[in-house]
Amino acid sequence: MTDLAWISTAISNARPQAMGALLRYFRDLDAAEEAFQDACLRALKNWPKNGPPRDPAAWLIFVGRNSGIDAVRKRAKQAPMPEEDQISDLEDAEGDMAERLDGAHYRDDILRLLFICCHPDLPATQQIAVALRIVSGLTVKQIARAFLVGESAMEQRITRAKARIADAGVPFETPGAVERSERLAAVAAMVYLIFNEGYSSNGGEAPARAPLCEEAIRLARLLLRLFQAEPEIMGLTALLLLQHARAPARFDENGEIVLLEDQDRSLWSRKMIDEGLALVDKALRHRKPGPYQVQAAIAALHARAATAADTDWTEIDLLYGLLEQMQPSPVVTLNRAVAVSKVRGPEAALAMIEPLEERLSGYFHFFGLRGGLLMQLGRNEEARVAFDRAIALANTAAEAAHIRMHIDRLIKESSEKSIQKAR
Amino acid sequence: MLYAILCYASEDVVCSWSKEQDDEVMAKLLNVQDKYAKAGRLGPVARLLPTTAATTLRKVKGEAVVLDGPFAETKEQFLGFYTLECRDLDEAVEFARELSEVNPSGGSYEIRPVSVFNPTKVAV
Repeated sequence: MTDLAWISTAISNARPQAMGALLRYFRDLDAAEEAFQDACLRALKNWPKNGPPRDPAAWLIFVGRNSGIDAVRKRAKQAPMPEEDQISDLEDAEGDMAERLDGAHYRDDILRLLFICCHPDLPATQQIAVALRIVSGLTVKQIARAFLVGESAMEQRITRAKARIADAGVPFETPGAVERSERLAAVAAMVYLIFNEGYSSNGGEAPARAPLCEEAIRLARLLLRLFQAEPEIMGLTALLLLQHARAPARFDENGEIVLLEDQDRSLWSRKMIDEGLALVDKALRHRKPGPYQVQAAIAALHARAATAADTDWTEIDLLYGLLEQMQPSPVVTLNRAVAVSKVRGPEAALAMIEPLEERLSGYFHFFGLRGGLLMQLGRNEEARVAFDRAIALANTAAEAAHIRMHIDRLIKESSEKSIQKAR
Repeated sequence: MLYAILCYASEDVVCSWSKEQDDEVMAKLLNVQDKYAKAGRLGPVARLLPTTAATTLRKVKGEAVVLDGPFAETKEQFLGFYTLECRDLDEAVEFARELSEVNPSGGSYEIRPVSVFNPTKVAV
């Protein structure tokens, strides 16, 4: 890795903490961003010359705060700018400075920075975009690419979202315990959204969107380091790792979906699975189950199965039952039905999903699953109807192609039958 | 004498390497180890998963309590170790220097003589 690459990783790692602290100092998002930018520019000049500081975040906060104050003064035309080398010469100051930085604020600073991005007035996609810009520091171009929209459209979206955040006012008071846990829950949900945005892509888009999954994992690990004893944050991190571990096997070379049961499990990332399983084990010791932990436990059962046939569907059925109680949703029931079909057969699964039709009438996976179950029961004509609905609702070309494959099989079967009849 | 070379670095930095960057660093580190392995001097080597996956068991008033997270919160974390047979400290320092040259994470290598060594094999 070159010096520059090293500096850029160090800066992007320090970013949440530094931005969080600068936001607390300046109480204004734009001012904090400007100060951070300025500190980064100075880092690029200073670090290759003087070597990397021991604590990059502390360095950036210190320099950013000074330059931010300069900017305010300059605007007010009160005092001249101090000499550049006075600010960049931090060799001795650095040690003290790290101590002086108020360590107690560190956790709440980062949480606040993430929390302002999940303002309830902002639609989910804007929350994600603005978090990636402000917290992760991705460029507008990178974010636009991940969302598959034009750069100027994304620029507008982020500018609007930031204006809304500014209007809403940033909560600066130190949160109480209840408020802190509410913030943490909102932030966890946003991290999950970022992950899903990257995860629910099709094969062709996957390379462009994978960074979203990686960024979500990075943010989850960051949260976990801040809140080390929160079982739901362990669950969230585990869930993301276990899901992302399968990424190399989810699409074939043509970008077509490979279903879980057909995936080449040797392609799964062993390292991510091990980390995910360790986190699930840790979380379960707390005996404070929550939706992320249950979902992670389900993902863990898939990860632990050496082959698709080894999957413990009975346990998965039970866990989905638990999730249904915690978070009743037709989508959860639909997922449970997959497990039910393996344990009690397609008929039972079909009976389970029939009542969901009204609420899931616009949901691709509902008709995909219904078609699949009907096909297993040999009710080919009804299956065909369900598959046609699914194709009409497909979100990606890969989804449509996958259903098309089933329909082709049905057509082939029925023509074979009619040939047999003709004979 | 057998030395343990303990690796400390900022996990934030190491965890945010892309897979390609990580692979590149690992390949270079393996290259350094190879030479020593061929000479029959390299013992067990381990790289640890992030400290977020760590659990700590601590004895409090005579009772073992299981806690989340690593033993201590520090700016640099214990990420892994090497063991190496060395004639003297200089040789151990030289090995650590070679590792540090190909490792862009900054960080440090703590060099400690091994007192008890029990290389029981496990099937990985």
